[in-house]
Amino acid sequence: MEETKYMNPYLAGVLLGLLLITTIYITGRGLGASGAIKSYAVTVVETLTPTHTANTKFYQEYGKEHGGGNPLMNWLVFEVTGVLIGAFLSGLISNRLDFKLEKGPRTTTGIRVAGALIGGLLWGVGSQLGRGCTSGAALSGMAVMSTGGIITMFAIFAGAYLFAYFFRKFWI
Amino acid sequence: MGPLVPDLISNNLNFIVALIIGILFGVILEQAGFSTSKKLVGLFYGYDFTVLRVFFTAGIVAMIGVMGLEHFSLVDINLVYVNPTFLWSGIVGGLIMGLGFVVGGFCPGTSVCAAAIGKIDAMIFIVGAFLGVLVFAEGYPLFEGLYKTSNLGSPRFFETLNMSQNIFAFIMVVFALAAFWFASIVENKVNGVVKPVFRFTPYYLSIGAVGIIMALSAFIFPERKASLTQLVENKEFVQSYNIDMMTVDEFAYQLLDERDAKLQVIDFRNEKDYSKMSLPKSTLFTLDNLFEKEPNKVLSVRHKINVFVADDELTERKMAIIANELGYKHIKILQGGLNAFNNQILNFKPIENPKNIDEVYQNRFRTKAAAVIPVLIQNNKSSGPVKKTQKRVVGGC
Repeated sequence: MEETKYMNPYLAGVLLGLLLITTIYITGRGLGASGAIKSYAVTVVETLTPTHTANTKFYQEYGKEHGGGNPLMNWLVFEVTGVLIGAFLSGLISNRLDFKLEKGPRTTTGIRVAGALIGGLLWGVGSQLGRGCTSGAALSGMAVMSTGGIITMFAIFAGAYLFAYFFRKFWI
Repeated sequence: MGPLVPDLISNNLNFIVALIIGILFGVILEQAGFSTSKKLVGLFYGYDFTVLRVFFTAGIVAMIGVMGLEHFSLVDINLVYVNPTFLWSGIVGGLIMGLGFVVGGFCPGTSVCAAAIGKIDAMIFIVGAFLGVLVFAEGYPLFEGLYKTSNLGSPRFFETLNMSQNIFAFIMVVFALAAFWFASIVENKVNGVVKPVFRFTPYYLSIGAVGIIMALSAFIFPERKASLTQLVENKEFVQSYNIDMMTVDEFAYQLLDERDAKLQVIDFRNEKDYSKMSLPKSTLFTLDNLFEKEPNKVLSVRHKINVFVADDELTERKMAIIANELGYKHIKILQGGLNAFNNQILNFKPIENPKNIDEVYQNRFRTKAAAVIPVLIQNNKSSGPVKKTQKRVVGGC
């Protein structure tokens, strides 16, 4: 069966905007993603080396900020679990479920794997410094007109355009 | 008044809400095409601007929606999470994320979405992001300086630029529309499409119309506090506004009446004056409190009559008008303000040789009140400023 076409981007944008308004009305906070990855990272390190986390400043501050307790009992962890389910269902309905490594036409699998890994790593670091990613800082920040969120949003786009030229062989 | 968490929706139920919101988020992202890196990075090479369109449309819709919620007092913006501004950390972090975008082809949210439908590169990306957090955690002493420098608090952009919320929203909408237009030109050029960007078909006309409506709607939700504060600057308007008044005698009578459970004094003086002399049954209030979620509960208690007091009647009037406009019921003001109350009741000098029975009664009542009310004030353990137990939601990533 053939894949269904994607939704009109403006319609998708309006729906996403309405979802974000609802989220803010109900919970007083916006959407996010990188925070969930952080929660998992903290949990794994805590489980493997509890003494290390107790003595390292980052984890101490994380615990303080999030009021202690299990880092997985976190709003974003639940939300991102929802994203996994939702995207899976959507892929199922639109016939897009398939194990596939996507890459640009002029690049090798090895480079794509390294690129994905390093790209992810950069996001891991960057989203900590930026206190949020495209969802948590940029999109949700724009919804509440947060100065920091909007600045980070422009920095993300500026960074991507700035470096796009050097990595063009990855994609085109 | 929102946010509904934690009053109407408990913190545990909130996790279920998170799951449902996440599912919808995932469906929308996947349906929009955010589950493929080729489509995502198209934005940076000019061949596919889907991400830009979805992202900015969502951003401006949400922005105007939040303004609407605020305008109709549906949400207490002071309780909503506003991302803090750490200038340099935010800029450097953003640039690193931008680099990560063109190297890795995803951002965290979209990678989860792509991994859910089986994209192996997305799964690798998530592993990378996971390691990235660990790099940050272990190298925290290295990053900490940058991470914590230039903390500007949690301002909103229009405050930073010192402009009205509406104009800022309008600029953002126009900026987004211009970006859509420009993106379509680039997209056509890169993909060798010769059709004009905007054609007079129902599709393009409706998008244009919605865009214009969005731009104009930036002005239909003036910030409530700013517009109401401005409204009460007009003295004639304030004087002619019809508000229920309570005379100083009636006020004194109700203060003295121990069985009276209706009276609720809402005191708008500063905290210092209030602590010197706080009336029984009184709560200290500020202008800001009128717009906040928890203080609102005080004003909305059933069967209470809220008497607004301040030193002068004009301030009382202003506050009462604002409260009235915000939809509060049973609001009265003290005639002449506390100044009159002090003069005529607390420092009452009996009229010598009262001419008629009214003056006799007045002498009798006010003398009694002047003796008893100071005792009540002395013994009063007032509730003090409104207690705000709810804090801003902790959000962000």
